[in-house]
Amino acid sequence: MTLSILIWLPLVVAVLGAILGAKVAPKLSLVGSLVTLGIAISFVVRFKSGEDGLQFVTDTSWISTLGISYKLGVDGLNVLLLLLAAFLFALVFVYANLREWERPGLFYFWLGVAQTAVLGAFVAQDLILFVAFFDLMLIPFYFLTGIWGNGTREERVRGTQKLVIYTLVGSLLMLVAAIATGVLTAEQHDTRLNFAISALQELPLSKGSQEWIFLCFAAAFLVKMPAFPLHGWLPDGYKAMPLPALGVFSGVLSKVAAYGFLRIVLPVFPDASVHFQELLLLIALGSILYGSVMAFSAQNVRLVVAFSSVAQMGFITLGIFALNEDGAQGALLQMVNHGLVTVPLFFIVGLLAARAGGSEEIKDLGGIAFRAPVLATLFLIVSLATLAMPGSANFAGEFLILLGVFNAKAAFAFFASIGVALAAVYMLRAFIKSMHNRVNPSVDSREISFSDLGVLLPSVVVILALALYPQFGLKKSEQTTKQTVAQVQAKTGQLTADKTSEEQR
Amino acid sequence: MTSALTLAAARGPHIDWAGLSPFVSLAAGGVLVLLIGIFLGKSARNGTAILSLVSLAAFIGLSVWQFGENKSIVSDALAIDDLTLTLAFVLGATGIAAVLLSWRSKAAEVAGHPEYYALLLLSILGMLVLIATQNLVTLFVGFELLSIPLYVLCAAEFRREGSLESGLKYLIVGSVGSATLLYGLSLLYGATGSTDFSGIARAIADDGIRTDVLLLSGVGLTLVGLAFKASVAPFHQWTPDVYQGAPTPITAFMAVATKVAAFGVLLRLFDVALPGISNEWGPAVAALAAITIIVGNVGALAQTSLKRILAYSGVAQAGYLLAGVVVGTQLGAKATVFYLVIYAAMNIAAFSVVIARERASVHGDEISSFAGLGKSQPLLAWPLTVAFLGLAGIPATAGFIGKFYLIDALVSGGYAWLAIVLVVGSMISLGYYLKVIAAMWMGDPEPAAAAAAPVAAPGAPPIMAGGSQEADELVEEPQLELFAVAWLATAVIVVFGIVPQPLFELAGKAGESLVGIF
Repeated sequence: MTLSILIWLPLVVAVLGAILGAKVAPKLSLVGSLVTLGIAISFVVRFKSGEDGLQFVTDTSWISTLGISYKLGVDGLNVLLLLLAAFLFALVFVYANLREWERPGLFYFWLGVAQTAVLGAFVAQDLILFVAFFDLMLIPFYFLTGIWGNGTREERVRGTQKLVIYTLVGSLLMLVAAIATGVLTAEQHDTRLNFAISALQELPLSKGSQEWIFLCFAAAFLVKMPAFPLHGWLPDGYKAMPLPALGVFSGVLSKVAAYGFLRIVLPVFPDASVHFQELLLLIALGSILYGSVMAFSAQNVRLVVAFSSVAQMGFITLGIFALNEDGAQGALLQMVNHGLVTVPLFFIVGLLAARAGGSEEIKDLGGIAFRAPVLATLFLIVSLATLAMPGSANFAGEFLILLGVFNAKAAFAFFASIGVALAAVYMLRAFIKSMHNRVNPSVDSREISFSDLGVLLPSVVVILALALYPQFGLKKSEQTTKQTVAQVQAKTGQLTADKTSEEQR
Repeated sequence: MTSALTLAAARGPHIDWAGLSPFVSLAAGGVLVLLIGIFLGKSARNGTAILSLVSLAAFIGLSVWQFGENKSIVSDALAIDDLTLTLAFVLGATGIAAVLLSWRSKAAEVAGHPEYYALLLLSILGMLVLIATQNLVTLFVGFELLSIPLYVLCAAEFRREGSLESGLKYLIVGSVGSATLLYGLSLLYGATGSTDFSGIARAIADDGIRTDVLLLSGVGLTLVGLAFKASVAPFHQWTPDVYQGAPTPITAFMAVATKVAAFGVLLRLFDVALPGISNEWGPAVAALAAITIIVGNVGALAQTSLKRILAYSGVAQAGYLLAGVVVGTQLGAKATVFYLVIYAAMNIAAFSVVIARERASVHGDEISSFAGLGKSQPLLAWPLTVAFLGLAGIPATAGFIGKFYLIDALVSGGYAWLAIVLVVGSMISLGYYLKVIAAMWMGDPEPAAAAAAPVAAPGAPPIMAGGSQEADELVEEPQLELFAVAWLATAVIVVFGIVPQPLFELAGKAGESLVGIF
């Protein structure tokens, strides 16, 4: 059972569904996504933690002329993200199956393409292959948003255009940077062109080249997350996206960007990562504070969740650029946590809107808990996890991140911890205003249906399980994370050593 | 003296018929179509088209047969090497597509089928001469042989004002280009004393005339002349008008084949005759490429007619292609050839959909004619979507790999800034490609009443065929040849986007036949 089957299965199912037509497509895609999830689980089970290097490697030449290989592999960095992606996509397919979609063949086709692209980006071990999957991820969301999105046609098209153009600006710069990485490495070390990440890792570029290449990669990843101040597409884009697409976009696609930092940027451009550490920490801090404040003042529940993602992604970036093991481990754990909470949150937004006559504005909500205690409980659990209640896995994640940053740059950790407090404010505000208070006249409070429960319950169970046993993920990733940060840490260590020697002189 | 002459007459010059055979197939095809067409009468529509297809198929077959021979024929005036033959293959495929797209077009009907197809074949012959040339005189002969039939073809629908205007405009601008080119060629000859490409290269290397004013102005004027043909900015102004006015099959043919020929000759001229002064022309060409990319992409943003969008996008693509010429390396030549092949596929796919819509909708080639196409005719919407995504350089299409190759060549050749311009251009291009895609998939189909042809009142006599040349009769019948061309080109885009290695090898062979550079 190779990784290729895992990543291409959704696409095959999607094409089959599109050919067989509207009646078969939804069920077929659902089965396909469940099988994909099963395969992903089998990989996690067979994964040997504590081992060096990649496992389940597929490595064949793709474009030999340019030294591009079709290389896939799993290690501690992506093993859990793979599972997360498969799980969230399965949830989304279940959710989508409960609703009616116009032109279903096409709808499930694009969702399947999205899944293949995301899984491919997670397991790609060749720089160009990664870039190709990363750019390809965007196209399905363009169509999903434009055709099945919310609002008038103009709003949808504007939202989706903004989304695509913003993100592709970053992606195309990344393409140039990726090619330059390969070409310049070959030039500076006088080797054959080779884009395998493991090979690039061993042949570091000169500091000058690393720096501009780093900026191009960072731009691509920060736009995708999105991070402040590159989030301009977020309000329009998120408002226009249909819920299934929004769930995976916020839950999984933003993680691909954060994962890109750990997989590519830190190991391949260690000098530049150290050089720009404070810039990235500032951006992360900006995202945390800006996201929190916006989430606190947003008048639309969907945007509350959207801006809370900005803040959460800020935390993840902060952990990554602590450039030490604690920070990176915390960031990885937090990626999984955030993915797990954000998808149910967006589903709940959908359920709330269904009870408030289709409106997602906070002023139209209120008192929904009145006849829906189960829905309220589930919402509360997810909210508490999001605000990193002690005892939740999110708490462990944020704690590790802050610990890492505290060791690296204490001042940043101090300001970031304000973000933890703010999270409690905006999540509870959204919860109280929608579920409690007086019953709004436009609200029809009714209990969650069994089928919707089928979507929400699995994610809540996983959140609770991970809260009890966060070590599940941390143990698997420990070994690889150590290696990932080793090179940067060597540089930071070197830097401090230089400074002390200068001071001594 | 006399004995030498008699000897020469008796032995005759050696003629390499095998090497000449691709040229012969086209020339003979053109003449036969014209002659036989006269006797075919009413069946000329099918007869001449089939004859043209046979001639083009023979042309492709003979080119494949000659592949790998790498020789010079006609006293070194023409090179039958892998570069020529690879591009010849693209020309042949484009020609076949053009014939199929023209098959039921009004242009061929109005102009007369024999003349129309004969001109098409002769124009391809001119292109073939142009890409094979390694002599200044044959270069000009090929250039004119390419241009003159195209002037006529642009005006083929001579009862329609737009078509006439297009032909006239192309004639005037094209003549200015030809004159500039001729002047440049004569200066080149004056500076180096040779019309032969290798002779020019030798003269530049031996005489140390790198910064000679005569030589440099010759290079400059030649470049301008060819830039007119390749629609490189700022010499592109004719492009949108001519593309819009010309019959659409001819537009498709011009957009693809002319560019193949122009870049074929640019590659050979700069990389065989003038590599010695690449430091002089490199920055100038790079500046042209950058201007072209920006001008083309920005110009397309404001357009609402698909043909004009494709014209401006063609200008932008010319900029990308020129970037491969700039670096003056084999890698650059390979990337250019690679991109030419997929550029051809992407444009053919797009134009066949435009033609299909033009024949079926009252909105012609306006964007509104494509609204809701994803719902009403997905089989037409998909090729256009894939072609546009490919032109924008999205992964899983060959456009991505092509851009990749060009950027690779640019970064290796020390022109990283031009690579950045190239991707900035791609970003801008999304603005108009996505506009069309959004109309197709996210718009609503035009109401049936507007889509239907103006229906004759019941009882009125049916509109007579040829009764009115002016009125565009809208056809409802499925036009299988358009679908076939569109889907075949789409398959090429997707297959080479996923399995590009065969195309890399072909482009590699073509690039390696430029032995003077590395």
